[in-house]
Amino acid sequence: MLGTGIIKGLATTAKNFAGSFRDPRRFVTVQYPEEKAPVTEGYRNFPFLVFDAEADPMGTLRCVACRICEKECPPQCIYIVPAVDEKGKPRKHPHVFDLDISVCMSCQICVEVCPFDAIKMDQTFEIAATDRFRGLLLDKHQLARSNAHFQRIHPTEAAEVDARLAEEKRQAEEKARAAAAAKAARPPAAP
Amino acid sequence: MSSTSPVDPLLERAPLLVRDWVSGLFPAPARGLADALLAIAAVILGFGLLFTLLTLVERKALGRMQNRPGPNRTGPFGLLQPIADGIKMLVKEDIVPEAADRPLHFLAPVVLVAFTLVAYAVIPYGRHLLPVDLDAAVLFFFAAGAATELAVFMAGWSSHNKYSLLAAMRALAQLISYELPLLLAVVPVVMLAGTLSTSGIVAAQGRWSFGLVPHWYACTPWGAAGLVIFLIAALAEANRSPFDLPEAESELIAGHLTEYSGFKYALFFMAEYLGMTALCAMAVTLFLGGWQAPCMFLQVVPSYVWFGVKLAAMLGLFIWIRGTLPRLRMDQLMRLAWKFLVPLALLNLGTAAFWRLSAGWEALPAQLLRWALALLLVLGPAAVIGRRLSARVGPRTYRYAAP
Repeated sequence: MLGTGIIKGLATTAKNFAGSFRDPRRFVTVQYPEEKAPVTEGYRNFPFLVFDAEADPMGTLRCVACRICEKECPPQCIYIVPAVDEKGKPRKHPHVFDLDISVCMSCQICVEVCPFDAIKMDQTFEIAATDRFRGLLLDKHQLARSNAHFQRIHPTEAAEVDARLAEEKRQAEEKARAAAAAKAARPPAAP
Repeated sequence: MSSTSPVDPLLERAPLLVRDWVSGLFPAPARGLADALLAIAAVILGFGLLFTLLTLVERKALGRMQNRPGPNRTGPFGLLQPIADGIKMLVKEDIVPEAADRPLHFLAPVVLVAFTLVAYAVIPYGRHLLPVDLDAAVLFFFAAGAATELAVFMAGWSSHNKYSLLAAMRALAQLISYELPLLLAVVPVVMLAGTLSTSGIVAAQGRWSFGLVPHWYACTPWGAAGLVIFLIAALAEANRSPFDLPEAESELIAGHLTEYSGFKYALFFMAEYLGMTALCAMAVTLFLGGWQAPCMFLQVVPSYVWFGVKLAAMLGLFIWIRGTLPRLRMDQLMRLAWKFLVPLALLNLGTAAFWRLSAGWEALPAQLLRWALALLLVLGPAAVIGRRLSARVGPRTYRYAAP
């Protein structure tokens, strides 16, 4: 019959209209600044630098300023100057670690090449700045996040990384102990 | 059947008293002019406010129909949203294309709003609230409505943009096509009321059977059919969904409004809503008894309140339809007008003639026969023409969509 489709459609919208007053759960809208939709574990946007001790972020940065990520970064958004002591010897610590997130393309290559698990991908997306040059150029203090933060945002990856680091540490200690034992067992060589 | 003229309660006369008090502040020779200006100010202010409110209500209602809350950021429940929109429109840059016909480009929105507002002069808002009581008020209303089509073409032509011009031609084709069923749906009302004056048409509907069932024209077979045809045509005349092809925002840029920005665009927008409100008010006046109360004992409520309630119901229906129906294609639009609405409106003329000639059938069997015959005359052709139109266009199958 002519027009029944229109009546059916009108009934559907009327049902939605009335239902939205009765049951607020029908709303699909997330009221963004007040409430946020949870991000999935696989979500990533920009890198951050991992440190271990909450008390001393700069002292316990895992980064050793090897500059592999700087070399591998496709858009070249990382700039590193290694720290040196008074004699000019590198101190295995970044003096400058700058990352321009206006250039970064979130490819995660820096994370994949890092041999020290020192750089990981973050999930913070509220990073709007009023100055697009200095506001989006982050230094090592702004980039540093604790390992606890890493465990919170990427639990699976963090557990795997922590287990591997612990295992490496245990092996290194064993090796050191064995070396020390061997050194103690062997009689001092005759001069 | 009875017709009474109740004594005017104070509320009924309140707007008149206010008007007389204000115009009493002027010297005697200027009072007539003051009265007219006050009526104009009341219409512009009242319907301007209604327009701002309507944009918000429409967005909220559409949102709820789609399970969204709608605008809720500016002020409590988003009530300040129209003001925010207005400020945004006012501060936007007004760009006129270099090759545009400047005077025409400027005049088009002005002409559109002016003619739309002129149409409000002849609508009876209440028992005593009729700005101008013309003898040919219905004719005047539709003449003013037809003049707005001129503004649409002015906008398209003066923009000096081929897309604007094409869109204006398309809009014009739609407006002129639907002008026909719109007017043909009104002719039976004029025929049965025997007058072109809106106050006369409303007065002709001011009776009740047993004091409960109103004698509105919408409560007769030909009137109901006329109202449906009028509403469909009014949707098309007001560029409302599902007939919003002239500026289909998801497919075209803005049709004939492509080269308009800032406050001129806002004026077009305002004219669209004012035109819709005027057509709704006319539908209320012609078919739904204007300011008449639905039952006799409800006459204690002032007449302008009844008019407002009916107008709000019509506007709500328009919003509801917009939230429901998808847009028609251009050929479907034309087919609906010329092959469905125009023949039905012409046949409805015959039904109305039968209804007038059979007015003397007072006995109960004769009454029943009269209703049955009239209903047959209305529904029969609609079913036959509808079936013939949809015969070759079966339900659409989507080959690649999941069932």
